[in-house]
Formats: sequence, C-alpha cells, structure tokens
Amino acid sequence: MSRSAIFAKIQSANAALKTRAAYPKYDMVLVHSLPKLEGTDLWEIFARNFSAVNGKPMDSVSQLIDFLKTNQQLHGYCDPALFDAIGSRLAAAGLIVETEYHRDRYDDYQFGITRATGAIAESGSVILDDDRTSHRLAALSPWVHVAVLERAEIHRTIPDAIAAFGDSSNIIWCTGPSKTADVEGILIEGVHGPGEQIALLVKGGC
Amino acid sequence: MIGIQPIDQYARDISDEKQHSVIDGSAAGTDKRYYVLHKDYPDPDALRKLAAAIKDHTLHHLGDYLAKAEKSLTQRGVHVHYAATDEDARQTILTILRQHNVAQLTKSKSMAAEEIHLNPFLIDNGVECLESDLGEFIIQLDGDEPSHIVKPIIHKNRRDIAKTFLREGICSDYNDDPGTITRRARVHLRAKYMEAQAGITGANFVCADTGRLVLATNEGNSRFGMAPVPLHIALVGIEKIIPEEKDLAVFLNLLGRSATGQQLTVYTEFINGPRSANQPDGPEHMHVVFMDNGRTDVLASNCKEILRCIRCGACQNVCPVYRQASGHAYRSTYGGPVGAVLSPILFGSRFPELADLPKASSLCGACNEVCPVDIPIPDLLLRLRDKAKRESIPSAGAIPMSPFATLATSPSLWRTAMTMSKAMNHLPIQVAPIKPLQDWLGQRTLPESHGGDFRKWLKNRKEVRS
Repeated sequence: MSRSAIFAKIQSANAALKTRAAYPKYDMVLVHSLPKLEGTDLWEIFARNFSAVNGKPMDSVSQLIDFLKTNQQLHGYCDPALFDAIGSRLAAAGLIVETEYHRDRYDDYQFGITRATGAIAESGSVILDDDRTSHRLAALSPWVHVAVLERAEIHRTIPDAIAAFGDSSNIIWCTGPSKTADVEGILIEGVHGPGEQIALLVKGGC
Repeated sequence: MIGIQPIDQYARDISDEKQHSVIDGSAAGTDKRYYVLHKDYPDPDALRKLAAAIKDHTLHHLGDYLAKAEKSLTQRGVHVHYAATDEDARQTILTILRQHNVAQLTKSKSMAAEEIHLNPFLIDNGVECLESDLGEFIIQLDGDEPSHIVKPIIHKNRRDIAKTFLREGICSDYNDDPGTITRRARVHLRAKYMEAQAGITGANFVCADTGRLVLATNEGNSRFGMAPVPLHIALVGIEKIIPEEKDLAVFLNLLGRSATGQQLTVYTEFINGPRSANQPDGPEHMHVVFMDNGRTDVLASNCKEILRCIRCGACQNVCPVYRQASGHAYRSTYGGPVGAVLSPILFGSRFPELADLPKASSLCGACNEVCPVDIPIPDLLLRLRDKAKRESIPSAGAIPMSPFATLATSPSLWRTAMTMSKAMNHLPIQVAPIKPLQDWLGQRTLPESHGGDFRKWLKNRKEVRS
C-alpha cells in the first residue's frame, strides 16, 4: 500500500514540473585529483596516498615481521591461501599464525592477514571484495590488518575502481585505519576496526 | 505581535561551555574542508554544480529511478519494502525483526532512523538496540539528541563523556583522555556486535542501475556490526537514489571532503545483496526499507532542491547562527541551515511550530557556498518565510514596520522622534509598552542615541555656506 501511495505522490509532484533536468554529460577527468595522481608507478602513488591517511605500505615480508615483533603483535590469523607465501614465514620467525578464524576468540588475534582484491592509487585505499577475500572479521577485529596486494590489481583512480566493481554483492574500500574524531575533534585511530592498516605488496601468483 | 522566537531563546540560554564546543568544532570543520577541496581541485565549483545537476535529474525522474533500484535489488535477492510514514517504517522494521526472532541488534548512524526515533521504539518493543557510532553511542547513553549531522556530540566535551562512561558502568574509574574513552567503547561495543542478531544501517547513496547501497563510515562500525549477524536492514530515504554507479565518483569525492576534509571516509562499503556463498561473515538476509515520511511533500513544494542534500554537515559548520545557537536550538533531527529548510517542510504538521527556523538566518550565503550539491539555501529560507507570512504564523512574524513607516514619511514627526530618542538615553527603554520592541531589546544593547545631531549639523552647514 505504501508503495503505490509513494509512487503516486512522486508522479503528482513531478507532473507539475515545466521542464525536467536532463542527465548531465561529464568527463571523469573532472573528478580526478591531479595532485594525488602525480607520478607514474601505481604502487608508488598508492604508497604515498596510503601513507597520507596513516596506512603503512610495505613491500617485503621481512618488513612485516619486524613491524609485528617491534609492536608485540605476535599472534594472528592468516588466510590459508596466503599461508605458504606469508604465514609460514611469520611462523618460522616465531609468530603464532592460525589459518582458521574462530569468532568466540576474536580478541586473541592481534593481526589478521587477508587478501586485498585491489587498491586505489588516487585515494590510498585497499579493496576487499567478498567473493575473493577470506573472513571479513579477520580484517576488523585484530589491531593490525594486513591487506595483501598484487601490483596488477592497483587501480589508478576512483572512477577506475568503480568501473571494476563486477558482480560482487559486497565490496569495501579501506582508506587507512579505523578512526574517529567524535571526542572534541581529536583524531583517535582503532575505534572498532584496526588501529594499524598495512598494505603488503607481493609478487603475482601467490 | 511576536514573542522571542524559540531559536533565539535557546541561543540565549545555551551554556558558555557548550557554545565553545560547538564553535570550535564547527570552525575546524570549515577550515579543513576548504583546504582539502581547493588543494585537490582547480575548480571545485564545477564539481558541486555537476553533483547538483545529477541530483536534480534524479529527483525529476524519481519514480523511474526508484522503480529501477527496487528491481535491481530484488533481482539480487534483497527484500524491498516501502514506508509512506514514520509509523509505517517503524512497524515494517519491527515485523522483519520479529520474523527473524531478533532480540538484540546494533545500529550504525542513520539520520533517517533518527528522524523516526527508531531506537526508543524498538527498545519499547523489547528489542535491545545499541548505537555503534562512538558519538551516537554516547548520545544514547545520555538520553540526548545528536546536534550535528556528522559530529553528533559536537556539543559535548571529554569531561562530560568520561562522567557518562563512569555513570553507565562502561568503566570503573573516571578517565577523560580521548584515547582511553575510545578504547573503552571499542571493548564494550565489539562484545555487543558478537552477541547481536541483526544490524540496522542507513545508506548514503543507492545506485539505481545495480542497486548497490553505499555506506560511508570512518569508524568501521557498520562493517563490524554486520559481519557477525545474519540479518541486515537498511532504512533509506527515497531521495538517496542516484542514477548510475559511475556517479558515485562525483558524490564520494564531495562527501568526504565536505563532511570531514577527507578524500574518502575510511570505510566505504558497497552492498547489493546477502553475503556471497564463499564468504563466512556477513548477513544471509538483506532488507531495504525505502521511506517517504514527508519527502514527496518536499518534492511537491517550492523547496524541492533541499532533497539534493547528501548530509555532509558543511552548512552547519559554516553557519554563524548554528555556531552560536547549536543544533539543538533547531528542535528537530536536522539542525543548521539544512534543518532550517528541511525540518519545517519534512515534518509538515510541525510547520507552524518550526516556522521560526527559516527566520534564524542572516542570509549571508555561506551555506550555499560550501554546499557540495549547490543547494540555494538562502533562497529556500526566503520562500519559507513567505509561506509563513501567507499562512499568518505568528512565530515567524516580523516586527511590524508600519509605525516606522509613518515616522519616516513625516518630517515633523521624525524630528520630534529624534529629539525624544535622546531622552531615551536616560530612560529604561525596556519598559516601553511596545511588545516587539521589548523582545528585540531583550537580546540587544542599543548604542547611545545621538538623535537629531545630523540634522543639526546639516542645518549649520547650510547657514555657513549661505
């Protein structure tokens, strides 16, 4: 009943219009932020913009191991598909790495390693697409989220990333660590989700 | 005759502490927005005019796009509902929750849900409903109302919040360090996410072509709230539709920068269906409730441009009246310039009660300048003042100007008045038996009158010349 009532009211309101605005044609270049796109190497552009939103770009597993050890984040989850390339090396370095995520122990995981299904250079965002990434919770509950990224999956601009949405029913762009400024406008990171957002670049094929 | 308008009364009674919180918070937002927008774009105006054109086109074809969005969502396994009124929306949501035996849920920030007072309704009906945005969580603990679209607790300081946390048992000792406050909320809320059976959200945009709903948060609360639960309900105003996904590039770039000076909010989520089969987390059931609740009345009004609004709060940050009076002075879900237009017409039956809001503006135009969808707010305020005048609503009335007109058109009366005005320097003018004058002077201090001095000077000058 509500449906027909709403559509009737919309029709009646718009019937009174003398002219209806046409859909504007526009060039996507208008929405590109040129200062943010400076450079040629997509990983370098991404790393610069990702750092600007307090993300931590890394390009080697040993760098990640150092970071986790320095920050005492020694127990975590790793997507089983990434275990051979990354998780096993962490385990060899003495970290505890689980390949199953148990909800009832959500507070045990200090880091979560999941696959980024893309990234956006212009905004410094990592993309997690439901179809191709493991547990959503493993990217949320640990203090450190490591998004594992391949160079070929970096989009240059925001419009490029939208054009590549595909058929997935859930896609999320993460642009830095979870944050708030609700209390007196003071920036605090790690509100509900990770306080550290890492993008780890790996060579293709893992 | 008018009394003091309610918004003026509120601005007069606001505490210094609260006023300073609002002024500091809103000014910071304006500066950051300006810097970021102009650093990134040579001509930000072109972008916001484009956004306005896309929104106008959508609103002028809203029936088509709404039907298209419904079809796209339905094809993806999403249950679509319509709610003509606030009561319809509340009942629809409650029915869905009961069908799924939901006793506990978390909710991410939604102005549409604020508008229909969803939380108290669900709690009265036995559903534990917890706000998960940090600011909204604190508002809920205090039984308060948000006073800003993006920064709901702009009117509170850290000491207020620390006291609330202690009082409500979120922690066992007083600590007003913002980092500690945030950590404590983190621990409390993630336990609630895990216990809940549903997540309720709003939506920032809905793309008609694919049905994708966009949720923008910085905290990640909507993502977390929905990851462990089987049911997602999104309450969406019918004006949130945009034609195509590619238009998101325009709106997302404007939303983050206008709201918080960010290129994008930290979490920007695109949803058009239940979770995929190979994804272990996320809702298996998704419902979208498209709500009218007065929007079609606004569409039929001469203020339909306000439906372009993407709820960024930039007009609130920049408004001199908002800064002085705070969002609560607008006595409605939507405060500030957008609220001064939207609230009186969206809640049609409340028009007389809220008809003072369009008067609460100096028409300085700052709200229009910062608006990411170029809403001509000052023009709309004038249209609503006109409506109030035509409907003879006393609270929106102006000080009657006819006595002034009589004075100003008669030289002899004017001369007498000028001479008399000097006497006023020695008399308490507040006792003058003229109600509008009393009200006006109740909030202002007049400078000393020098009535007649100019005329005397001019006369002497003529005599010297001749």
